[in-house]
Amino acid sequence: MTKDSQTFDGRRWHDMGGDAAGRIRTDQHDFSLWEKRVDALMILASAKGHFTVDGLRRVLEDMGPEAFETMTYYERWIASVNQNLIESGVYSTAELAQRMSEVAARGATYGEANK
Amino acid sequence: MPHDHHDHLSPSGHPYRPDDDHPLTYWQQMEIAVRELLIEKGVTSAAEINAQIDAMDARSPSNGASVVAKAWTDPAFRDALLADASAATRDMGFDIGPMKLIALENTSDVHNVVVCTLCSCYPRNLLGLPPDWYKSRAYRSRTVKEPRKVLAEFGVDLPATTQVRVHDSTADMRYVVIPARPSGTDGWDAGKLATLVTRDSMIGTGLAKAPDIT
Repeated sequence: MTKDSQTFDGRRWHDMGGDAAGRIRTDQHDFSLWEKRVDALMILASAKGHFTVDGLRRVLEDMGPEAFETMTYYERWIASVNQNLIESGVYSTAELAQRMSEVAARGATYGEANK
Repeated sequence: MPHDHHDHLSPSGHPYRPDDDHPLTYWQQMEIAVRELLIEKGVTSAAEINAQIDAMDARSPSNGASVVAKAWTDPAFRDALLADASAATRDMGFDIGPMKLIALENTSDVHNVVVCTLCSCYPRNLLGLPPDWYKSRAYRSRTVKEPRKVLAEFGVDLPATTQVRVHDSTADMRYVVIPARPSGTDGWDAGKLATLVTRDSMIGTGLAKAPDIT
Protein backbone atom coordinates (compact mmCIF):
# COMPACT_ATOMS: atom_id res chain seq x y z
CA MET A 1 0.00 0.00 0.00
CA THR A 2 2.97 2.35 -0.39
CA LYS A 3 2.51 5.34 -2.58
CA ASP A 4 4.18 5.18 -5.95
CA SER A 5 6.97 7.73 -5.98
CA GLN A 6 6.38 8.26 -9.69
CA THR A 7 2.93 9.62 -8.99
CA PHE A 8 3.57 11.31 -5.64
CA ASP A 9 0.54 13.44 -4.95
CA GLY A 10 2.03 15.71 -2.31
CA ARG A 11 0.89 13.66 0.65
CA ARG A 12 3.18 11.55 2.80
CA TRP A 13 2.30 7.93 3.55
CA HIS A 14 0.74 8.62 6.94
CA ASP A 15 -1.73 11.09 5.39
CA MET A 16 -3.98 8.18 4.47
CA GLY A 17 -7.44 9.77 4.69
CA GLY A 18 -9.38 8.85 1.56
CA ASP A 19 -7.09 6.04 0.42
CA ALA A 20 -8.63 2.75 -0.62
CA ALA A 21 -8.31 0.09 2.07
CA GLY A 22 -9.88 -3.19 3.06
CA ARG A 23 -12.50 -4.16 5.56
CA ILE A 24 -12.08 -2.85 9.11
CA ARG A 25 -11.11 -5.66 11.45
CA THR A 26 -12.35 -5.25 14.98
CA ASP A 27 -10.17 -7.82 16.74
CA GLN A 28 -9.09 -6.34 20.05
CA HIS A 29 -6.17 -7.23 22.31
CA ASP A 30 -5.65 -6.32 25.95
CA PHE A 31 -2.64 -4.07 26.40
CA SER A 32 0.25 -5.88 28.04
CA LEU A 33 2.33 -4.35 30.81
CA TRP A 34 5.21 -3.42 28.54
CA GLU A 35 2.81 -1.57 26.22
CA LYS A 36 1.29 0.35 29.13
CA ARG A 37 4.79 1.26 30.26
CA VAL A 38 5.63 2.67 26.82
CA ASP A 39 2.46 4.75 26.97
CA ALA A 40 3.35 5.99 30.45
CA LEU A 41 6.94 6.87 29.44
CA MET A 42 5.64 8.92 26.52
CA ILE A 43 3.19 10.82 28.73
CA LEU A 44 5.69 11.44 31.53
CA ALA A 45 8.70 12.38 29.39
CA SER A 46 6.64 14.78 27.30
CA ALA A 47 4.90 16.26 30.36
CA LYS A 48 8.36 17.03 31.74
CA GLY A 49 9.31 18.88 28.60
CA HIS A 50 11.76 16.45 26.97
CA PHE A 51 9.77 16.27 23.77
CA THR A 52 6.34 17.04 22.37
CA VAL A 53 3.60 15.04 20.71
CA ASP A 54 4.79 16.62 17.47
CA GLY A 55 8.23 15.12 18.05
CA LEU A 56 6.65 11.75 18.70
CA ARG A 57 4.72 11.98 15.44
CA ARG A 58 7.67 13.26 13.41
CA VAL A 59 9.68 10.12 14.14
CA LEU A 60 6.67 7.83 13.64
CA GLU A 61 5.99 9.40 10.26
CA ASP A 62 9.66 9.27 9.23
CA MET A 63 9.66 5.50 9.89
CA GLY A 64 7.65 5.11 6.70
CA PRO A 65 4.86 2.81 5.66
CA GLU A 66 6.83 -0.41 6.09
CA ALA A 67 7.18 0.13 9.84
CA PHE A 68 3.44 0.72 10.04
CA GLU A 69 2.85 -2.73 8.59
CA THR A 70 5.61 -4.67 10.32
CA MET A 71 5.80 -3.19 13.83
CA THR A 72 3.06 -3.03 16.43
CA TYR A 73 1.73 0.30 17.69
CA TYR A 74 3.79 0.40 20.87
CA GLU A 75 6.88 -0.95 19.15
CA ARG A 76 6.73 2.14 16.94
CA TRP A 77 6.07 4.31 19.97
CA ILE A 78 9.10 3.12 21.99
CA ALA A 79 11.30 3.61 18.93
CA SER A 80 10.04 7.18 18.63
CA VAL A 81 10.22 7.93 22.36
CA ASN A 82 13.80 6.68 22.36
CA GLN A 83 14.80 8.74 19.32
CA ASN A 84 13.31 11.88 20.86
CA LEU A 85 15.03 11.34 24.20
CA ILE A 86 18.42 10.87 22.51
CA GLU A 87 17.87 14.01 20.44
CA SER A 88 16.97 16.03 23.52
CA GLY A 89 20.13 14.80 25.28
CA VAL A 90 18.51 12.85 28.12
CA TYR A 91 20.93 9.98 27.41
CA SER A 92 23.31 9.02 24.62
CA THR A 93 23.16 6.32 21.98
CA ALA A 94 26.10 4.65 23.72
CA GLU A 95 24.27 4.60 27.06
CA LEU A 96 21.25 3.05 25.39
CA ALA A 97 23.30 0.37 23.64
CA GLN A 98 25.12 -0.51 26.86
CA ARG A 99 21.87 -0.76 28.80
CA MET A 100 20.10 -2.82 26.15
CA SER A 101 22.97 -5.32 26.23
CA GLU A 102 22.70 -5.57 29.99
CA VAL A 103 18.94 -6.06 29.76
CA ALA A 104 19.29 -8.84 27.19
CA ALA A 105 21.86 -10.60 29.36
CA ARG A 106 19.47 -10.83 32.30
CA GLY A 107 17.17 -13.41 30.80
CA ALA A 108 15.26 -14.68 27.80
CA THR A 109 11.81 -13.32 28.69
CA TYR A 110 10.40 -9.87 29.42
CA GLY A 111 9.72 -10.89 32.99
CA GLU A 112 13.28 -12.08 33.58
CA ALA A 113 14.85 -9.06 31.86
CA ASN A 114 13.20 -6.68 34.33
CA LYS A 115 15.43 -6.16 37.33
CA MET B 1 -0.02 -7.19 9.47
CA PRO B 2 2.19 -9.48 11.50
CA HIS B 3 -0.26 -9.70 14.37
CA ASP B 4 -3.20 -10.95 12.43
CA HIS B 5 -3.65 -14.32 14.08
CA HIS B 6 -6.91 -14.86 12.27
CA ASP B 7 -6.21 -18.54 11.90
CA HIS B 8 -5.53 -18.89 15.64
CA LEU B 9 -8.75 -17.82 17.27
CA SER B 10 -9.63 -18.70 20.83
CA PRO B 11 -12.99 -20.34 21.60
CA SER B 12 -14.37 -16.84 22.32
CA GLY B 13 -13.40 -15.77 18.80
CA HIS B 14 -10.50 -13.53 19.86
CA PRO B 15 -6.94 -14.07 18.74
CA TYR B 16 -4.50 -15.52 21.23
CA ARG B 17 -1.99 -12.90 22.34
CA PRO B 18 1.54 -13.40 23.61
CA ASP B 19 2.11 -13.15 27.34
CA ASP B 20 5.14 -11.88 29.27
CA ASP B 21 6.78 -15.31 29.32
CA HIS B 22 7.45 -15.29 25.57
CA PRO B 23 10.95 -14.50 24.30
CA LEU B 24 12.10 -10.96 24.97
CA THR B 25 11.76 -8.83 21.84
CA TYR B 26 14.16 -6.13 20.72
CA TRP B 27 11.55 -3.44 21.40
CA GLN B 28 10.74 -4.76 24.88
CA GLN B 29 14.47 -4.72 25.56
CA MET B 30 14.49 -1.06 24.48
CA GLU B 31 11.50 -0.22 26.71
CA ILE B 32 13.25 -1.65 29.77
CA ALA B 33 16.48 0.19 28.93
CA VAL B 34 14.73 3.52 28.29
CA ARG B 35 12.68 3.21 31.47
CA GLU B 36 15.74 2.45 33.60
CA LEU B 37 17.73 5.31 32.08
CA LEU B 38 14.86 7.76 32.66
CA ILE B 39 14.68 6.68 36.31
CA GLU B 40 18.45 6.90 36.80
CA LYS B 41 18.60 10.34 35.19
CA GLY B 42 15.89 11.55 37.55
CA VAL B 43 13.38 12.25 34.77
CA THR B 44 10.82 10.01 36.43
CA SER B 45 10.52 7.28 39.03
CA ALA B 46 9.16 3.75 39.13
CA ALA B 47 6.35 4.95 41.39
CA GLU B 48 5.42 7.73 38.99
CA ILE B 49 5.33 5.30 36.05
CA ASN B 50 3.10 2.93 38.01
CA ALA B 51 0.82 5.81 39.00
CA GLN B 52 0.55 6.90 35.37
CA ILE B 53 -0.37 3.35 34.30
CA ASP B 54 -2.99 3.18 37.07
CA ALA B 55 -4.44 6.52 36.01
CA MET B 56 -4.74 5.39 32.39
CA ASP B 57 -6.21 2.02 33.41
CA ALA B 58 -8.82 3.87 35.46
CA ARG B 59 -10.07 5.81 32.43
CA SER B 60 -12.76 3.99 30.52
CA PRO B 61 -15.79 4.59 28.33
CA SER B 62 -17.90 4.63 31.51
CA ASN B 63 -16.49 8.11 32.17
CA GLY B 64 -17.83 9.28 28.84
CA ALA B 65 -21.12 7.48 29.45
CA SER B 66 -21.70 9.50 32.60
CA VAL B 67 -20.99 12.71 30.66
CA VAL B 68 -23.48 11.73 27.95
CA ALA B 69 -26.16 10.73 30.47
CA LYS B 70 -25.75 14.05 32.26
CA ALA B 71 -26.11 15.89 28.95
CA TRP B 72 -29.32 13.96 28.28
CA THR B 73 -30.84 14.84 31.65
CA ASP B 74 -29.46 18.31 32.43
CA PRO B 75 -30.11 20.93 29.72
CA ALA B 76 -27.79 23.48 31.31
CA PHE B 77 -24.97 20.93 31.37
CA ARG B 78 -25.72 19.96 27.76
CA ASP B 79 -25.34 23.60 26.71
CA ALA B 80 -22.11 23.94 28.68
CA LEU B 81 -20.76 20.71 27.19
CA LEU B 82 -21.45 21.83 23.64
CA ALA B 83 -19.91 25.24 24.36
CA ASP B 84 -16.70 23.91 26.00
CA ALA B 85 -16.41 20.17 26.55
CA SER B 86 -13.00 20.48 28.21
CA ALA B 87 -14.36 22.77 30.93
CA ALA B 88 -17.65 20.88 31.33
CA THR B 89 -15.99 17.49 31.80
CA ARG B 90 -13.39 19.00 34.14
CA ASP B 91 -16.26 20.35 36.20
CA MET B 92 -17.53 16.77 36.51
CA GLY B 93 -14.16 15.85 38.03
CA PHE B 94 -12.45 14.22 35.06
CA ASP B 95 -8.74 14.88 34.64
CA ILE B 96 -8.67 15.51 30.93
CA GLY B 97 -5.37 17.38 30.92
CA PRO B 98 -4.52 20.07 28.39
CA MET B 99 -6.53 18.36 25.66
CA LYS B 100 -9.12 20.47 23.86
CA LEU B 101 -12.28 18.39 23.83
CA ILE B 102 -15.21 19.09 21.54
CA ALA B 103 -18.60 17.44 22.01
CA LEU B 104 -20.67 16.64 18.91
CA GLU B 105 -24.37 16.08 19.41
CA ASN B 106 -26.23 13.55 17.29
CA THR B 107 -29.80 14.50 16.45
CA SER B 108 -32.60 12.98 14.40
CA ASP B 109 -31.06 14.67 11.33
CA VAL B 110 -27.31 14.54 11.96
CA HIS B 111 -24.97 11.69 12.82
CA ASN B 112 -21.35 12.46 13.79
CA VAL B 113 -18.42 10.09 13.50
CA VAL B 114 -14.82 10.66 14.60
CA VAL B 115 -11.56 9.53 13.02
CA CYS B 116 -7.91 10.54 13.05
CA THR B 117 -6.63 10.12 9.51
CA LEU B 118 -3.08 11.27 10.27
CA CYS B 119 -2.36 9.23 13.38
CA SER B 120 -4.54 7.94 16.22
CA CYS B 121 -5.69 10.98 18.20
CA TYR B 122 -8.51 9.99 20.54
CA PRO B 123 -10.11 11.48 23.67
CA ARG B 124 -7.98 9.09 25.74
CA ASN B 125 -8.08 11.22 28.87
CA LEU B 126 -11.84 10.78 29.01
CA LEU B 127 -12.48 7.37 27.39
CA GLY B 128 -9.18 5.54 27.97
CA LEU B 129 -6.98 4.10 25.23
CA PRO B 130 -8.53 3.72 21.78
CA PRO B 131 -9.64 0.37 20.35
CA ASP B 132 -7.17 -1.25 17.96
CA TRP B 133 -9.41 -0.71 14.94
CA TYR B 134 -9.44 3.06 15.51
CA LYS B 135 -5.69 3.03 14.79
CA SER B 136 -5.94 0.77 11.74
CA ARG B 137 -5.16 1.78 8.18
CA ALA B 138 -8.61 0.67 7.05
CA TYR B 139 -10.52 2.89 9.50
CA ARG B 140 -8.22 5.89 9.09
CA SER B 141 -8.32 5.69 5.28
CA ARG B 142 -11.93 4.91 4.54
CA THR B 143 -13.97 6.83 7.11
CA VAL B 144 -13.53 10.21 5.43
CA LYS B 145 -14.24 8.76 1.99
CA GLU B 146 -17.11 6.34 2.49
CA PRO B 147 -18.47 6.90 6.01
CA ARG B 148 -21.81 5.23 5.36
CA LYS B 149 -20.12 2.02 4.21
CA VAL B 150 -17.84 2.11 7.23
CA LEU B 151 -20.80 2.67 9.56
CA ALA B 152 -22.67 -0.18 7.92
CA GLU B 153 -19.74 -2.49 8.71
CA PHE B 154 -20.19 -1.52 12.34
CA GLY B 155 -23.89 -2.34 12.06
CA VAL B 156 -25.05 1.28 11.85
CA ASP B 157 -27.40 1.72 8.90
CA LEU B 158 -28.60 5.30 8.70
CA PRO B 159 -31.51 6.59 6.64
CA ALA B 160 -30.43 8.46 3.52
CA THR B 161 -32.03 11.56 5.02
CA THR B 162 -29.59 11.55 7.95
CA GLN B 163 -26.62 13.82 7.34
CA VAL B 164 -23.30 12.19 8.24
CA ARG B 165 -20.56 14.49 9.51
CA VAL B 166 -17.04 13.09 9.76
CA HIS B 167 -14.65 14.84 12.14
CA ASP B 168 -10.89 14.42 11.67
CA SER B 169 -9.07 14.77 14.99
CA THR B 170 -5.74 16.46 15.53
CA ALA B 171 -3.07 16.08 18.17
CA ASP B 172 -4.45 19.10 20.00
CA MET B 173 -8.17 18.66 19.43
CA ARG B 174 -10.25 15.58 20.24
CA TYR B 175 -13.92 14.82 19.77
CA VAL B 176 -16.54 12.92 21.71
CA VAL B 177 -19.93 12.16 20.20
CA ILE B 178 -23.08 12.60 22.27
CA PRO B 179 -25.31 9.89 20.80
CA ALA B 180 -29.02 10.48 20.45
CA ARG B 181 -30.98 9.49 23.53
CA PRO B 182 -32.88 6.27 22.83
CA SER B 183 -36.66 6.42 22.82
CA GLY B 184 -38.48 4.62 25.59
CA THR B 185 -36.26 6.10 28.29
CA ASP B 186 -38.52 8.84 29.60
CA GLY B 187 -38.11 9.29 33.30
CA TRP B 188 -34.83 7.37 33.49
CA ASP B 189 -32.20 8.87 35.75
CA ALA B 190 -28.65 9.57 34.60
CA GLY B 191 -27.21 6.47 36.23
CA LYS B 192 -29.59 4.17 34.40
CA LEU B 193 -29.20 6.05 31.12
CA ALA B 194 -25.41 5.73 31.30
CA THR B 195 -25.74 1.95 30.97
CA LEU B 196 -27.03 2.50 27.42
CA VAL B 197 -23.98 4.50 26.29
CA THR B 198 -21.30 2.41 24.59
CA ARG B 199 -17.74 3.32 23.62
CA ASP B 200 -18.58 3.06 19.94
CA SER B 201 -21.61 5.34 20.34
CA MET B 202 -19.21 8.05 21.57
CA ILE B 203 -16.91 7.54 18.55
CA GLY B 204 -19.90 7.52 16.24
CA THR B 205 -19.49 3.96 14.98
CA GLY B 206 -22.40 2.87 17.14
CA LEU B 207 -25.68 4.09 18.56
CA ALA B 208 -26.75 4.15 22.17
CA LYS B 209 -28.40 0.86 23.11
CA ALA B 210 -32.15 0.56 23.03
CA PRO B 211 -33.63 0.00 26.49
CA ASP B 212 -35.27 -3.32 25.62
CA ILE B 213 -32.00 -5.07 24.81
CA THR B 214 -30.07 -4.16 27.94
